[in-house]
Amino acid sequence: TLPLLFLNLGGEMLYILDQRLRAQSIPGEKARKDEWTDVDRKRVMNDIITTMFNKKFMEELFKPQELYSKKALRTVYDRLAHASIMRLNQASMDKLYDLMTMAFKYQVLLCPRPKDILLVTFNHLDAIKDFIRDSPGILNQVDETVRQLIETYSCLSAGEFQLIRQTLLIFFQDMHIRVSIFLKDKVQNSNGRFVLPISGPVPWGTEVPGLIRVFNHNGDEVKRTEFTTGGNYVTPQREGSFDLYGDRVLKLGTNMYSVSRPVETHMSGSSKNLASHAKENIVPNPLAKEELNFLARLLGGLEVKKPGGSETGFRLNLFTTDEEEEHAALTRPEELSYKVINIEATQEPARRAELSRILGELEVAEPRPASSGKGEDLLALMDGL
Amino acid sequence: MYRKEKSIQLKSSSAALYNNLSVLRLPGRQLACFSAVHGPSLNVVSAAADGLGFSHRQLQAKEGGMAVSTSLLTQAAWCVLPSRVLLVLTSQKGIQMYESDGSIMVYWHALDVTEHPPAQAVFARGIAAAGGRFICVGTSSGLVLVFDIPSKGTNITVSEVLEQHHDAITDIAAELGQAPDGAGDLVTADDAGTLCVWSTGEEFTLLSKIPAFGCTCSSVKLWNGVVAAGYGNGQIRLYEAATGLLRAEVNAHARWIYALDLAPQTGKLLSGAEDSFVHVWKLSRNADTDDVEIEHCHSECVTDTQVCGARFCDPEGNSFAVTGYDLSEIFRYGQA
Repeated sequence: TLPLLFLNLGGEMLYILDQRLRAQSIPGEKARKDEWTDVDRKRVMNDIITTMFNKKFMEELFKPQELYSKKALRTVYDRLAHASIMRLNQASMDKLYDLMTMAFKYQVLLCPRPKDILLVTFNHLDAIKDFIRDSPGILNQVDETVRQLIETYSCLSAGEFQLIRQTLLIFFQDMHIRVSIFLKDKVQNSNGRFVLPISGPVPWGTEVPGLIRVFNHNGDEVKRTEFTTGGNYVTPQREGSFDLYGDRVLKLGTNMYSVSRPVETHMSGSSKNLASHAKENIVPNPLAKEELNFLARLLGGLEVKKPGGSETGFRLNLFTTDEEEEHAALTRPEELSYKVINIEATQEPARRAELSRILGELEVAEPRPASSGKGEDLLALMDGL
Repeated sequence: MYRKEKSIQLKSSSAALYNNLSVLRLPGRQLACFSAVHGPSLNVVSAAADGLGFSHRQLQAKEGGMAVSTSLLTQAAWCVLPSRVLLVLTSQKGIQMYESDGSIMVYWHALDVTEHPPAQAVFARGIAAAGGRFICVGTSSGLVLVFDIPSKGTNITVSEVLEQHHDAITDIAAELGQAPDGAGDLVTADDAGTLCVWSTGEEFTLLSKIPAFGCTCSSVKLWNGVVAAGYGNGQIRLYEAATGLLRAEVNAHARWIYALDLAPQTGKLLSGAEDSFVHVWKLSRNADTDDVEIEHCHSECVTDTQVCGARFCDPEGNSFAVTGYDLSEIFRYGQA
């Protein structure tokens, strides 16, 4: 399940970043040194996509393993988002992650068939390929990943896909953050719950409800009756393509953001649900941390292109103004804070040996200048071991 | 006709799992208990029949030996045997059995991980009391474990392992009414959609095998020799248990069916699916032709909710309860 979760969330992240970068970009000639240009935007997208589809990272991702905790996964995206010259403050990163997760939750929930999650993934990957269509090298990497997806998932049965879907839904359980664009499109209610339509095409392979057929002991149909429900369903026209290229038919997973539609979230104050959810993740899982180290380390260890003299990079704001971003950081409800993991060097010699071994296998990146992000602690820690 | 009644609040939301609601009615005590899986825990609510006064309890999935990772529950159900009632929980690590109020764990069975191929999910799922003295539980490798339950105490043993399924078990159901001769008293269902009908006893015998038609069977019920099965393509199919013959096919739902229940005294069938709908049907047998008949009685749209559990609250089917993914309440409906 992890590859599907990672790739789809990654896809949503890229949609949002692309939209924000376009919204904040200034034409090249007019831009000051600290302002975004189109060239910068393309470079950020390239850097992130290159990092995301790094061969070693993908290999590790596709190994059978348990799903990460929300905190562990969030840290991986933290690193991914910082794989380039772009910098995000905590508040913007929180908002980015909120949007990513709610979008994918919506897509998983509304998938007509569990197998359609694969179509949603292909939609994300098709769009990613479009972002980097001018760079054949990275395009190749993405195509490789699509091939691997097809190889890994095509042979799964509907029941197995439903299990994957159920696992993803448990991961997203109790998240009800309201997203402006969803509220405006009426796909989300003001209480944060998604609208489930009871009309439209039925999933491929399902019949429109209403017919009852009765057979005698010879197998002949002897009676037909019909019943009505409140729904208004129709037969679907065609099935989406599961090939490397093709018309996916399904719209879920395609880019719903455009420059003119700003991305906003409202903090849903429904603390009753969240309280129980917050309690569950308290006990740190040493195994998850080790895996987190490995994946996040992989991301951190990859080559990062740095701009000319600037060490801090360009800051991207997910909010409309800096003041809004600051305000969001101060007012974020406690139960919704992601509490990015602070990895402490464990005392157990066995664990330490394991970490060192993993370290030894990876290329060590140049030590980064000390920065305030929590993600940096990981790298610093590794260097210190 | 049914109308909505007061909901029961849960301490946490329900997970998107098949058959995610179990109801226990203890007639003498005027108490109905409800349970729904949240994820790593189970919510158990006891409600007094007058609707006032609830008590809540949460049971946790037992960790594996090493306590390395948290385990998720897949299902929970009360198993009513002549001598006792046990609350059975199935998880990714094994099977937990408690006294009916959830106060004491009387038995723990760890799943043998080596039985399963390495890259596949491991879990137990599918729970039913059978033959007046057994509890049957399914596993993700297709095995059905038959536990022999003594009338009291913790000396529960595995009496048999049934090996007819090749895919993960989804649901198991025991005969709720009167089985005609040769019709068996237990049915097991799996992810591929294959159904097996058994006769229970010291040794279980396979009576018939109903082949899959390409869809997962997520929920199954057995009543008066009729198997009612709910599928991933939204269909409900009725089969003759003794012969495996298809007797009726209903295009019931627009999405995957998650739960079926049956009221044994009237033959009412309840179905709940991801499409937000809950339907009530009536099963009957035509005395002249011996045909199995099914008619639609009522539909209820649980707005914006993917239904994951649905159960009748009484043996006539005058009331039922529903759970949905991400919902922290149990919806109740009663006859007007």
